[in-house]
Parts: sequence; structure tokens; C-alpha cells
Amino acid sequence: MIRTLLKKELLVERRTLESVPGMSLFAVSTFVVFHFALNRTALEGDLAAGVLWVTLLFAAMLGVNRLFVADAEQGGFDGFLLAPVDRTALLIAKALTLAAYLGVLEIVAVPAFALLLGAPLGHGLAGLVAVLVLADLGIAAVGTLVSALAVHTRARDLFGPLLSLPLLVPIVIGAARASSPLLSAGGHPGGAGGPDVRWLLLLGLYDLVFGLIAYAVFDFLLED
Amino acid sequence: MQRALSLRFLSVVTVLAFCVSLSLVFFYAPIEAEEGFVQKIFYLHVPLAIVSLCGFVLGGIFAIAHLRTRESKWDLRSYVAIHMSLIFGVVTLVTGSIWAHASWGHWWVWSEPTLVSFLIVMLLYATYQPMRFAIEDPERQARYASVFAVVAGASVPMNFLAVRLSTSYLHPRVLGSSSNLPPSMRFTFLVSLISMALLFATLSLYELAAKRARISLKAKSRILGYR
Repeated sequence: MIRTLLKKELLVERRTLESVPGMSLFAVSTFVVFHFALNRTALEGDLAAGVLWVTLLFAAMLGVNRLFVADAEQGGFDGFLLAPVDRTALLIAKALTLAAYLGVLEIVAVPAFALLLGAPLGHGLAGLVAVLVLADLGIAAVGTLVSALAVHTRARDLFGPLLSLPLLVPIVIGAARASSPLLSAGGHPGGAGGPDVRWLLLLGLYDLVFGLIAYAVFDFLLED
Repeated sequence: MQRALSLRFLSVVTVLAFCVSLSLVFFYAPIEAEEGFVQKIFYLHVPLAIVSLCGFVLGGIFAIAHLRTRESKWDLRSYVAIHMSLIFGVVTLVTGSIWAHASWGHWWVWSEPTLVSFLIVMLLYATYQPMRFAIEDPERQARYASVFAVVAGASVPMNFLAVRLSTSYLHPRVLGSSSNLPPSMRFTFLVSLISMALLFATLSLYELAAKRARISLKAKSRILGYR
């Protein structure tokens, strides 16, 4: 069931191209804006991690805002509710869809970041991928929940970011702190390479907690 | 009638409790050696913060009850708890800012994790009312607001954990822990905490009563045909 829903989501996105190209383009434009706003040609360390994560987070907001719009406007919710299936399937399918969007976004944005802002990548790439995956899962869980909450409000484009930014602060803390040593030229200041396990644990805990919460409350957003 | 009487009783108790706690703060508790008189804002700021956070959690618990039972009274309680906590939270931020300015010379310090986490929590809950009233259908409004209250309530400990982790390596905790207080200060603090909790309860009950009255008034005027 989840596979069918996921296939439908990805097929719709492939035909309409409403979210992922916009998110990627937004990320690249934001790097250019950061170049001029900060007046730097190359970034490293905390500054690089901050710019990367702010950009990824704001690009993710675009995807979060659009995630349920087609369902609300074109009767996707009604169609889904008429079908005799578990409602959690929609949550999981939507969260996986958002995670896939974020994955594609990062495949474009991270190399663009390395190219445009000259952040040294390479020695920390594997660690960065781990951080990205863990952060994506958390953003996907919270993003799906917030998107479903915001889609029935009058100013839905406003409430998506307004709700998710404070909720995602722990993700930003964990991800930015974990990727900061990976993006500095001298490598990890404390010795061995790779992200600090503390931050990976924080990200993992966040994913677990909000995954469970989303699972627990999502049903209540669907009944009508 | 019973309700109005008990509300009056509670109001009187709250006023008395505040008289006691404020006299303790100003005349009984010793002046702190390093910070001087300004430290007395501690007896206002910390109880406000604790009561406000408890109110947010309480709002989440009422919201769970609403989602389970579908009774609108639980939604009303959850709304009032969060609304009152927001007001207490704003005062917490203001008093915290004053205290920070007095003891560290800055109106805002990023090195104090509790204050920073509190700001994040406030930013999140500040969207509760706008989001709630941007939904038109009243039944859906109550349901979505409850989901919000549950999610936000769960994010409170997560926020505190993450912010604490991000600062604890650099700055040891100096203020705010009540475990190493001298007994006279701890006693004053506890009385202040109790009176603040009473104030929260009284104000919440007043708001609940006002909301109930408005709802029944609306229902009656609808029966009579007024708009």
C-alpha cells in the first residue's frame, strides 16, 4: 500500500515537476545570495555549516508547503479516505516522498555549495552523508505533520515555515554542529575525522521521538 | 453558583498567597552576596517560567484528552492553559532579560541555555492562536489545535535537551538551579512558586468561566434568532 502511494507521489512529481526543481534552484540562488551578503568567496567551519543548513532548511520549507496542496485542492484526501486502507500509510508515503525530495535537493545543493562557496569537502563526505540522512528523516517526519496541519488553514504558506522552524531547531543544532568540523580545512579539531557521535545521537533521538509522535497524531488530521 | 463561590474563594487565597510570598521576598529572604537586590527577581522569574512550562505541558495533556474523548470542554481547557502560559511566558522572557542585564550587563545572553530554549518554545507556541483561528470549521479547529498542542508539548523537552547540549561544553551553569540554595531562600522560592501556580489556576478558571459564558450566550442568542 505504501509502495503504491509512494509511486503515485513520485509519478505526480515527475510529471508536474512542482517541488524538487524549485527547491534545488532556490538552494543554488541562496548560495549566490549568501556569497554577496557575507562578502566571502569561500567558507569553512561553523560559517559553512550554518549557510549550508539554513539554505537546506529553507529549501525544505518550499517542499513542505507544497506537500499536501494537490491533495487538498484536487480531492486527493477524499479519494484516500474512501479507500479502505490504514491512514498511517499516507503518513509514511508522504514522509518518504519528502525525504526523497530532500535527497535529490541535497545531491544538487551540496556539490553546488562546494563549488560556489569553496567549502572543503572530501575527507568528511561520508560523515556529512550520515548527518544529511539523519537530518532528512527528522525534517521529513516533522515536515509531513506540519504540512498536513497547515494545509487546511487560510494562510497555509505562512504556517508551514512558522510552525516548522521552531520545531526543527534541534535538527539545526545537531546537524550544523555535526557538519561544522567536516567542513573545515584542518579537519576535526579534536583529532579523528568524522562527526561527533553526540550530535548524531541527538539527531537520531529527534527522528525517533517525532516519528512516533507523527505516527500517533496523524490519524486525527485526516478524519472528515 | 457553586463554581462562582469556589472561584471567589480561590481568588482570595491567591491574593493572600501573594501577600505572604512578596513579604517573604522583600523582608525575609537574604540579599544575595554577589548580585545584591536585583537577585530578588529570581523569585518572580523562575516560578513564572516553571508555571508557564507546566501550563504548556498541561495544555498538551488536555489536548490528548480532547483527541481521545472528542469532548469540546477538553479543547477549551487546552486552549486556556496554552493562552495563559503564553502570557506568563512573555513575562518570563521580560523578567529574564532584566535579570540578565543586571547580572551580566546584556539584555540577551546566548550562553544561558534555559533562556534560549524558552525563547524557542515561545516562538513555537506563538503560532498556536494564529493557526487555530486560520481554520474555519470549528470542529476541525479544535482537532488541529489539539494535534498542535500535543506535538508542541513533546518538542519542549527536545528543545531543552538540544540547546543544553549545544552550550554545556563552554559554560558551566551558574544560576537557576535551586538545589544549592540556602534554606531561607529555598523556602521563599517555594512559597513564590506555590503562589504563582495559584495565580495561574485562578486566571485560567476566570478565563474558562468567561469562555463558557460567551458560548452559552451565543447559543441562547441563536435560539432567540439574533445574529
